[in-house]
Amino acid sequence: MTQFNPAFGFEPVAPSRGLIGTVRKYLKILRASLVERMTYRLDFILGTLFRFLPILTTILLWRAIYVGASGTDKPASSLNGFSYNEMIAYLLLTNISRMFSSMPGLAGGIARDIREGTIKRYLIQPIDMIGYLLSYRIAHKLAYIVGAAIPYGILFWLCRDYFDYFPDATTFAAFLLSCVLAFLVGFFFETCVGMVGFWFGEVTSLLYIVMTLNFFISGHMLPLDLLPHPWVDILKALPFQYMAYFPAVVFQGKVQGWHLVVGLLAEFAWAIFFIVLARYLFARGLKRYSAFGG
Amino acid sequence: MPIIQAEGLTKTYRVFQKKDGLWGAFQGLYRREYKEVKAVDDVSFTIEPGEMVAFLGPNGAGKTTTLKILSGLIYPTAGKAEVLGFTPWQRLDAYRRRFALVMGQKNQLWWDLPASDSFQLHREIYSIPEAQFNQTLTELTELLGVEKLTRQAVRELSLGERMKMELIAALLHQPQLLLLDEPTIGLDVVAQVAIQKCLRDYHSSRGVTMLLTSHYMRDIEALCSRVLVITHGKLVYDGPLQGITERFGNDKVVKLRFAETAPEDSELTIYGEVTRREGPSVDLKVSRHEVARMLGSVLDNYAVDDVSVVDPPLEQVIARVFEEGKAAHDAV
Repeated sequence: MTQFNPAFGFEPVAPSRGLIGTVRKYLKILRASLVERMTYRLDFILGTLFRFLPILTTILLWRAIYVGASGTDKPASSLNGFSYNEMIAYLLLTNISRMFSSMPGLAGGIARDIREGTIKRYLIQPIDMIGYLLSYRIAHKLAYIVGAAIPYGILFWLCRDYFDYFPDATTFAAFLLSCVLAFLVGFFFETCVGMVGFWFGEVTSLLYIVMTLNFFISGHMLPLDLLPHPWVDILKALPFQYMAYFPAVVFQGKVQGWHLVVGLLAEFAWAIFFIVLARYLFARGLKRYSAFGG
Repeated sequence: MPIIQAEGLTKTYRVFQKKDGLWGAFQGLYRREYKEVKAVDDVSFTIEPGEMVAFLGPNGAGKTTTLKILSGLIYPTAGKAEVLGFTPWQRLDAYRRRFALVMGQKNQLWWDLPASDSFQLHREIYSIPEAQFNQTLTELTELLGVEKLTRQAVRELSLGERMKMELIAALLHQPQLLLLDEPTIGLDVVAQVAIQKCLRDYHSSRGVTMLLTSHYMRDIEALCSRVLVITHGKLVYDGPLQGITERFGNDKVVKLRFAETAPEDSELTIYGEVTRREGPSVDLKVSRHEVARMLGSVLDNYAVDDVSVVDPPLEQVIARVFEEGKAAHDAV
């Protein structure tokens, strides 16, 4: 492959190895990230284990709510279309959704790179920052999911009685697809939040607001169907439901047929929307950065 | 064809003027006052392939800003720059593969991983062929004497060792242009000399073009034959290091050793300012044009054992250049 370079005339450019080269480059980043992740073994194990404590308290809380609603000492049979068992299964499943869609440290890290100037390493090396961060994040997610598989397996086995229904192959495939898309929506949404750092420098408060709101409007705390109209419709039109609610109800078979197809397409469209927005903000932000900071 | 061609580079920053105290901070929320600061002011120079050039100047003179423009991190408010045939701030991959920037300590290496993992990552990022990579890596680790440290997490290395690793990372893809911002800052003398030696050896074996900024005259004396002096954004000198003394040093130091006790200061001040006195030896600062006349007169009047005429120390001359630059800047 040759390329014209005014300083040196035509000369072979060995480096550019096309698509395969690019993929290899980012796979290498992925590998390095995995190795880095494993360096902090204790943090990794503790982080995985202690993520289960909130689940336990949530289960106890909802048991109390269902018991309270029935007026007896047995849980009520159903609340807004969710039986007690379905509710607990739903809450367990949102943890799986969040396993894919949550991005701890992503937005804050981008803002810090901008503020402290470490972003320059992405600007002077022949590498794309978003591609780099994506590879890094996939590695972390893979490590986390593999590492959490056994404890999650045990948890779900212990809670097996709450699952009245296990999805068929097609539904399960749709669930997996919705989780992968949840990862993309989550990643690029948080990337967009981080890019705000180009304009404001500090995004900690913004991030706090977003995280707190997201916990509620993504359906992580409770199924969106429990909310009154028109809130439930509004929240179902927003992208946040794909980060917790949607994959969970897909698994539970509450979304089927055309609704499932449309839901997945909408999730895909939101992923594309955030990818484009992140790119746009990055390009605009870099322009600003090159003019004012550096 | 020059490697770097800068023409009229100017960079103006808008700096937010924060008022004091709580009330000031509150006012800053709704009305902000800005001040324009010219970090680089109409700077032009060209650098030919294989040159080793130093940027010399006090803090805030615009050295780092110029390096940032040349590496494409920021674009100038006015002026043109062409580096290796590219406009840096377009940040084309073809350009980014051909140069390296070393700025600070925590830039290219992964903090928690051994340096060798970061090097491997660089190999992929820059698509360096394996054989070339291994050869360069062996050469550089030997040159810097860090063969045994590449498997240790970077955060456990000393400042000097980390800087060496940064330098290796920057050179792995064999850049044609190396930009270094304060490569020896904060290092002890041993590490400083090791870095200097590495840069010198690498330069002589590869002929890479280097542009570096430094506060340490020693770095510059050891490495660079050409110096760009910049103060308050303006380029005030471009030439060989020794030329600075000729250009800006109007005085010479006349070292006299008298046969007997040296005369009193009051007797000598008619010839020049006494800068040092030690037994029979006296140093006099004398204007360049006065030296010959002054020496004749001294030798006529006193018994003198030894005489030598030298240039004042380079540091002093440069400090004067900086101060004059500041005075000129403040006067505007």
